[in-house]
Amino acid sequence: MSPSPIQVTVSRIESLTPVIKEFTLTAQDRALPGFSPGSHIQLQLPTPSRTLKNAYSLLSDPADLSCYRIAVRLQESSRGGSRYLHERVREGDHLQITPPANLFAPSSRAQHHILIAGGIGITPFMAYRTEMLRQGISHELHYAYTGGLTHAYVEALQPAPNGQVTTYDSRRGERMSIEQILSGQPLGAQVYICGPERLLQAVQQTAADLGWPEARLHWEAFAAPEPGQPFQVHLARQDKTLAVGADESLLEALEASEIDLPNLCRGGVCGQCVTPYLSGQVEHRDNYLPPSDQSRALMPCVSRGACNSTLVLDL
Amino acid sequence: MPTTLKPIESYRNDFSFRNSPEAIKRFPFPFPEDQYMYSVNIEPATPGAPGSVYEHWFDIDEHYRSEVAERAQVLSRDPDRCLVMPHMQQAAWDTLEMLMTHLSQDYPQWFSLQRDGDQWLWINRALDLQQAFTFGDASSLPYEPLEYITRQIQGDFALLDQRENNLWMDAGMVTGPADWSLKFDAGMSFTEWHAPVPMAHQMGVFDRALKYLMNIQVDHPVRRLNWTMTINPRLDTSSETFHEWGHERSSVTAENLAKLVHLRVELQFLARLPRSNALMFSIRTYLISLEELVTQPQWACRLHRVLRDLPDELADYKGLSQYRPLVVEWLRQFDPEMAACSA
Repeated sequence: MSPSPIQVTVSRIESLTPVIKEFTLTAQDRALPGFSPGSHIQLQLPTPSRTLKNAYSLLSDPADLSCYRIAVRLQESSRGGSRYLHERVREGDHLQITPPANLFAPSSRAQHHILIAGGIGITPFMAYRTEMLRQGISHELHYAYTGGLTHAYVEALQPAPNGQVTTYDSRRGERMSIEQILSGQPLGAQVYICGPERLLQAVQQTAADLGWPEARLHWEAFAAPEPGQPFQVHLARQDKTLAVGADESLLEALEASEIDLPNLCRGGVCGQCVTPYLSGQVEHRDNYLPPSDQSRALMPCVSRGACNSTLVLDL
Repeated sequence: MPTTLKPIESYRNDFSFRNSPEAIKRFPFPFPEDQYMYSVNIEPATPGAPGSVYEHWFDIDEHYRSEVAERAQVLSRDPDRCLVMPHMQQAAWDTLEMLMTHLSQDYPQWFSLQRDGDQWLWINRALDLQQAFTFGDASSLPYEPLEYITRQIQGDFALLDQRENNLWMDAGMVTGPADWSLKFDAGMSFTEWHAPVPMAHQMGVFDRALKYLMNIQVDHPVRRLNWTMTINPRLDTSSETFHEWGHERSSVTAENLAKLVHLRVELQFLARLPRSNALMFSIRTYLISLEELVTQPQWACRLHRVLRDLPDELADYKGLSQYRPLVVEWLRQFDPEMAACSA
């Protein structure tokens, strides 16, 4: 059930910081579908070596369907997706996106929303905040960034009513106290985290220490798959062997051989591309499969085989 | 052939509801095989053949005026059949937008929508209604948005909030349910409101269905058929009015069953509501008397086999047990007893 792609034009590119650019995407041949705060799209990037599909949160106003806006941080250790967007894509270029999907929606029953962003993780919360301000929904945003490097939207978020937006510039030694943020919150409060893995873990740990139930924590963990060692994969049913390159995901290698698996997040979260395997060593990198399932299934969007044994998939 | 809307017929008292030969031909007969068992029979709701019930997202047929009048009657007696919890306001507006947009695109002869920013003009020529209103401002409509638009459409609607890895029945307009009640199920999770269904839990049907439904994407709706049987063409077989219709099951005789017993098919349609991220679950009900149904010989043959071989638990759950033997016996005359019905 792969939704048909949408053709868009890059109508505007704006440098927000030395490493973050904002891209405005407008539809070519049809209206853009509506979306809810926290939604993401997959952007197809025809890099010279192969086509990458990277997921980006929509940061624009959900009420404005004249365009979608995303912001992209140039990743030094990236596989080329963010570099391609930063260095090759020009205003007027045509790209393909998937329709929006939401794996990070605000909980409608929360009485208070606590949004915690690190760096480029601010993007989904831009859409959150627009909608929450419009609907008068109680929330507070805590945004940690590095001044002069990842300070996107710091000015756009001000002025805000007292306490609604707090920013922390690491260059100035400003530190976010997660314990202080989570202490004394009402029972109906929910926490949302988007940012680097260490921020996510710190919030999870503090929340656990303070006795927050897991159901009140939400996070957007997906990122482009990390590179790894090259490995071989054998498709048992099709009797076919493929080589997966160091900076290529297993899902991408399968797609390059025209084996299409359903997928939404391409980051080990949504569970759509779960694939059974028969033998081989697996480096599980997802946040989806319970350990009990890891001996027979893997998430090819992020997880990898080992370089010294062939991974055999039940495909 | 364009649909002609019939004058108002009734789903109660004198039960004047009838299907025209055209309506019979497009009836969504729900059995793809000669026997029936549960399955997760969900498919992408891609546009179906012109004139079929699958052509558009929201099917308008010859019974439009009758169903609208029936809903108004139910609501005048029991306004609580429409319910919107406070956190479902945006889902209600999403629903109004989706219905108005699709109806005006798919049935321009009856419906039109003009939008100028948040100033909207809705025209329903079938009911001779015209309404200018401000999108997002409930005080500019005669009813709150979900009630306003669903008073002008066929089928029931449940709006499901998606949170905590489950779906929650937190809003809806349900005036023609097949033995359930929005008031009883309101606020329940998907897991809770399916608890009474026999057999399917053990088969893992609901766990798989829930995961599938939570992954429905904007602009990619899905659909499935469900079925039961109803005595008389009665749309409102709600749990809270059981005392009005439950006893009719014992009035079935060999002589009256062809007119009395109806196959009741639900075309269930599920779509992601874009702004609220809620899930719209619409239940479009089609009724056909056995007398009308047996005008299609292959349907008569197949229904005979399905009812004959249906497990007792399912017959009990669907409320058919009392009159099933009589119906099976009567349908037997339409089964040539060859290997398969649709030879």
